[in-house]
Amino acid sequence: MVYRTRHITQGIAKVLIWIAALSTIGVMILILFQVLAEGLPALHLRFFLDSPKSMGREGGIFPTIIGTFVLTAVAILFATPLGVGTAIFLREYTRESRISRLIRFGTDCLAGVPSIIFGLFGFVFFVIYLNMGWSILSGGLTLAAMILPTIISTAEEAIKGIPPSYREVSYSLGGTKWQTVMHTILPSALPGICTGILLSVGRSIGETAAVILTAGSSLMMPTSLFSPIRTMSVHFYILAREGISLKMAYGTGAALILLVLVVNTAANWLLNRYIRHRA
Amino acid sequence: MPRKDKITIKDFNFYYQSFQALRDISFNIHQGEIFAIFGPARSGKTTLLKSLNRLTDLIFGTKHTGTIFLDGADIYGPQLSLTQLRRRIGMVFDLPTPLPLSIFDNVAYGPKLSGTTQKRRLAEIVEKALRSAVLWEEVKDRLRTSALRLSGGQQQRLCIARILALEPEILLLDNPCSGLDPISTASIEETLGKLKKEYTIILVPHTIQQASRVADRAGFFLNGELVEEGPVYQIFTRPRDKRTEDYVTGKFG
Repeated sequence: MVYRTRHITQGIAKVLIWIAALSTIGVMILILFQVLAEGLPALHLRFFLDSPKSMGREGGIFPTIIGTFVLTAVAILFATPLGVGTAIFLREYTRESRISRLIRFGTDCLAGVPSIIFGLFGFVFFVIYLNMGWSILSGGLTLAAMILPTIISTAEEAIKGIPPSYREVSYSLGGTKWQTVMHTILPSALPGICTGILLSVGRSIGETAAVILTAGSSLMMPTSLFSPIRTMSVHFYILAREGISLKMAYGTGAALILLVLVVNTAANWLLNRYIRHRA
Repeated sequence: MPRKDKITIKDFNFYYQSFQALRDISFNIHQGEIFAIFGPARSGKTTLLKSLNRLTDLIFGTKHTGTIFLDGADIYGPQLSLTQLRRRIGMVFDLPTPLPLSIFDNVAYGPKLSGTTQKRRLAEIVEKALRSAVLWEEVKDRLRTSALRLSGGQQQRLCIARILALEPEILLLDNPCSGLDPISTASIEETLGKLKKEYTIILVPHTIQQASRVADRAGFFLNGELVEEGPVYQIFTRPRDKRTEDYVTGKFG
C-alpha cells in the first residue's frame, strides 16, 4: 500500500516537473514566434542599413543599431573594471568585515532597484546636475550603475569557485598578491566573469525606461559620446506606443532578438574555446 | 663529516586561533640532506612545512613564537623579502596542483613572475627543470597542451619541475606520493634521489617505508611535538623513545 502511494507521488511529481519545463519552452517559443512572424517581413538589408524616415514610419533602423551597440559598450566598459575590481577586493583583499558586509548589502539593494529609478537618478545626476545632457555618456553611466550588481556578484561567485590550491601555488612560487590576481585568479575566473558580462549585455540591450530618460531618443547618427541616441528598444517602444508603425516596430523587435542571439552565440563560442584551451 | 646547518628551528610554537599545532620545536636540517618528517595525521607536519616558507601567513588567525633561521637569517625578521624566501624554498603539495595552464606555462610561472620574459631563456629554464624532474622525455612533444591532461604522477613531477625552475635551495615535499600508484611513486622517488645532490629536501613521506628508502635523517612528530630525530637507520631500528618505537612498529598510527 505504502509502495503504491509512493509510486503515485512519484508519477505526479514527474508530470508536474515535465509541465514546468515544457511551459517554459512553450512561452519562449510563443514570444519568439509572435515577434518573428510579425517582424520578419520588414527585415531587408536596407532595413538594417538605412536611416529612419518620417519618424520611423519608413526607412531603416541603422542609427538605433549603432546607438544600442555604443551605449551597451560604454556601460560594459565602465561597469566591468569597477565590478570585477570590487569582487577581487571582496575575495582577495579583505576578509568578512564591516566594509565587505556594507558593500554586499549595497549591491543587493542596488540589484533590487527598478530600472526606472536608475533612469530617474541618471536624469537628475548625469543629465541635469553634471550637465551631460541626454547623451551616450549619461545613458552608459546609468546602465553601468544598473548592471554593476550583476557583474560584482557573478565575478565574486567565479572567484569563490577557484580552488584555494591555485592561490597557495602562486604564492609559494614567489608570486605577490597582485601577480596572483593577474596570473591565476583572473584567468581562472574569466568564464564566470564573462557570463556576468553577457547577462549585463542582455539587460543593457533590452533596457528602455532608464535609457529613454538619460540617452534621449534622437534618431540622428551620434557623433560623440555627448550625442543623444536612440536604442533599438527605445525605438521599438516609441513606434509601438505612439502608434507610428506597428510593422516597423515588430521589424525592430525581430532585429533586436536576432542581434541578441548572434551576440550570445558568438560569446558562448569564444568562451567554450577558452575553457577547452585551458582544460 | 660535520655538515652545515641549512635550517635551524628554535623553540617554535604555532597556533591556529586557540589550537596549538606545534609545540616547542627545535632541530636543525643540514645542507644537502633529505630529512623526513613523519607521524600520524594532525601531528603538525604540514604546518611545519608551511611555516618554513611562511605559507601559513595566508591563513587568518594564526600566530607563532620562537623562530626559524635560514642560513642564519631569521625568516620572520623584518628584513626578509617574502617573495624571495618563497623562491628559495619551493614547495610541492600532497595532491598534484597543476595550474590550468599548459605544461610549459606551469613550469614558466615562477620565472615569469620574477621577471624573466625572454622566450629563449624561458624555454631553456623549462627544459632544464623538466629534465631534472625526469619528465622531459614524456612531455617534450606536447609542452603546449594543458597540464590537467597529465596523469597524477606526471602532474606531481610537473609540480616538482615548477619549483625547480626557480632554482631554489630547499624543497619542501608534503607527501608528494599520496594518491599515486606504485609505479608513479617509484618514479618520484627516483627523481628525489637525483635531486638530493643539489638540494636540501624536507619530505613528509607517504609511508614509513618510503622514509627509510629515501631519507638520510628523520624526525617523528606526534600531536605537534617532535618526539625524536636522528639518522633514519637509528630511528627505524633503535628508536630511543617508546612512542617512536610503537609508531614505527605499527602499534598505532
